[in-house]
Amino acid sequence: MTVENMLVPSAAGTAAPNRYEATSETRGVRIVLIAIAVLFLALFLLLPLAAVFMEAFRGGIQAYFAAITEPDALAAIRLTLTVAAIAVPCNLIFGVAAAWAIAKFEFKGKSLLTTLIDLPFSVSPVISGLVYVLLFGAQGYFGPWLSAHGIQIAFAVPGIVLATIFVTFPFVARELIPLMQEQGTGDEEAALSLGANGWQTFLFVTLPNIKWALLYGVLLCNARAMGEFGAVAVISGKIRGLTNTMPLHVEILYNEYAFSAAFAVASLLALLALVTLAIKTFLEWRFADGIAAAGRSH
Amino acid sequence: MSRFRRSIFAAVITSLMAVPGWAQTTILNVSYDPTRELYREFSAAFTQYWQQQTGETINVRMSHGGSGSQARAVIDGLDADVVSLALEADINAIVEATGKIPADWRSQLPNNSAPYTSTIVFLVRAGNPKNIQDWDDLVRDDVQVITPNPKTSGGARWNLLAAWAWAEKKFGGDEEQVRNYVSALYRNVPVLDTGARGSTTTFVQRGIGDVLLAWENEAFLALEELGPDRFEIVTPSISILAEPPVALVEGNAEAKGTTEIARAYLEYLYTETGQTIAAKHYYRPFKPELVDPAALERFVEIELVTIDSFGGWAEAQPRFFGDGGIFDQIYQPAN
Repeated sequence: MTVENMLVPSAAGTAAPNRYEATSETRGVRIVLIAIAVLFLALFLLLPLAAVFMEAFRGGIQAYFAAITEPDALAAIRLTLTVAAIAVPCNLIFGVAAAWAIAKFEFKGKSLLTTLIDLPFSVSPVISGLVYVLLFGAQGYFGPWLSAHGIQIAFAVPGIVLATIFVTFPFVARELIPLMQEQGTGDEEAALSLGANGWQTFLFVTLPNIKWALLYGVLLCNARAMGEFGAVAVISGKIRGLTNTMPLHVEILYNEYAFSAAFAVASLLALLALVTLAIKTFLEWRFADGIAAAGRSH
Repeated sequence: MSRFRRSIFAAVITSLMAVPGWAQTTILNVSYDPTRELYREFSAAFTQYWQQQTGETINVRMSHGGSGSQARAVIDGLDADVVSLALEADINAIVEATGKIPADWRSQLPNNSAPYTSTIVFLVRAGNPKNIQDWDDLVRDDVQVITPNPKTSGGARWNLLAAWAWAEKKFGGDEEQVRNYVSALYRNVPVLDTGARGSTTTFVQRGIGDVLLAWENEAFLALEELGPDRFEIVTPSISILAEPPVALVEGNAEAKGTTEIARAYLEYLYTETGQTIAAKHYYRPFKPELVDPAALERFVEIELVTIDSFGGWAEAQPRFFGDGGIFDQIYQPAN
């Protein structure tokens, strides 16, 4: 029975209303509270989102498409998708591995590992970018060796990918660890005692149990990977058409007084985020039974 | 479903492979913020020129940012063939840290390697409602001045030195009075942005302040982009001659085999085409005789002092902007 169902008798004014009331506030107070919440939502989430799209289309549809099909914009879109296409799978693998190790095994230094996973969350993205410049820049620890071998990492795509992986590392692992800890090791022990090997256990027992949390982690990771600004700004070198990602391109256009073009590219980023949310919602709706089952069985 | 997935996969792969321009020779010009429009046009003109001369199609890439941070990026390995920055000191920093630019770089091109110059002017709101005419109006109680932070912005250093030069003349070199004047000026600054473009945005977009101390080219650009009916330029009686220098990063260009192209790119700045494009984007050309006189009319004659009257950047930088220097002594953030 949902909360709304419980409220029906009281709203209809039938017998013993107060026994079913979830709260004792009067109708006026409730309306005010709800209005504040809706207003807050509209002001801080919907209004900015609407403003982005309104600004983007201020110059008309043609100007919008001109802005997003211009070569530098296309290069930025392509780079952003490339970086996400590399960073997200990496973090999928490392995130699952880290969560699996932390949730299912006991070992020395486990709490240290947990802390390390959280590190990218607590460090400012600018520092994350600077660290890679310090490591791989020409004056950095590996700089001389890299340039002697003709390998460019800082101010090139590999540097951007590394910084993005660093910044988005916690998303998958953080999503999985609590769930896997809650699920415990019972299923895996049963599988092992029935003769499954480690790989089979992971593939047929662990993975199905965590797939929804995993998907959610991947979506969040992807959204952040495409939207990251600070770390990427430091290490990209901002070469137009080569190392500018979409967020950097938006800033450049804005600084060039190309406001509607800036918002056109920004609206694409917002659209990517909305698509991510839509996919998540769709999957939750489509596989609601599966999610409920996964939750119930533990 | 699987066909759908395969076609998405194929589309992603194709779009990733279709990276243009790998085969062409590419040079990279690492520049500072206000030159975006200038170098966009100049690089296109040079690409065309080079094709006519040699038949070779090349690609000039640009990177823009704060002058100091761009120099830092080149030091850290950003693969620039040429740098075009706001301050001599920024190029000297690359010389000292990497040796990729020869120490005598200023003598390699005419006019101390400064193909165009600029100066500091005032941008005020339309009709000049506060009647701001010269530097002494900036310390009035009813005037708010917008200028960036000289610790982080090259343009802001020129602003302070221009104010200093005016005050030095006005007070006959009495340093106590000059300090008091500049100190009073900075008390009228409500926001210190980190860069010139940030200050322009503060003044123009956010509508803060009565007067913006700006590069002449930035002020003209703001007029052009945002409407001459909203702002006007006031030329003070004295200002400073800013010489944004360019240099070939020999170490990088030699490694890439692009020395010849990069050198020609810089020399092309001094040709009729280069000078005309510079003037069009509101930089004062080094050789005005090459440029259509009509394009020069907008540059008002001002008495310009040079950085040499401050003993050059090597002396002015630590004296004015170093830790504990004059700016640190006079600036107290408004509470």
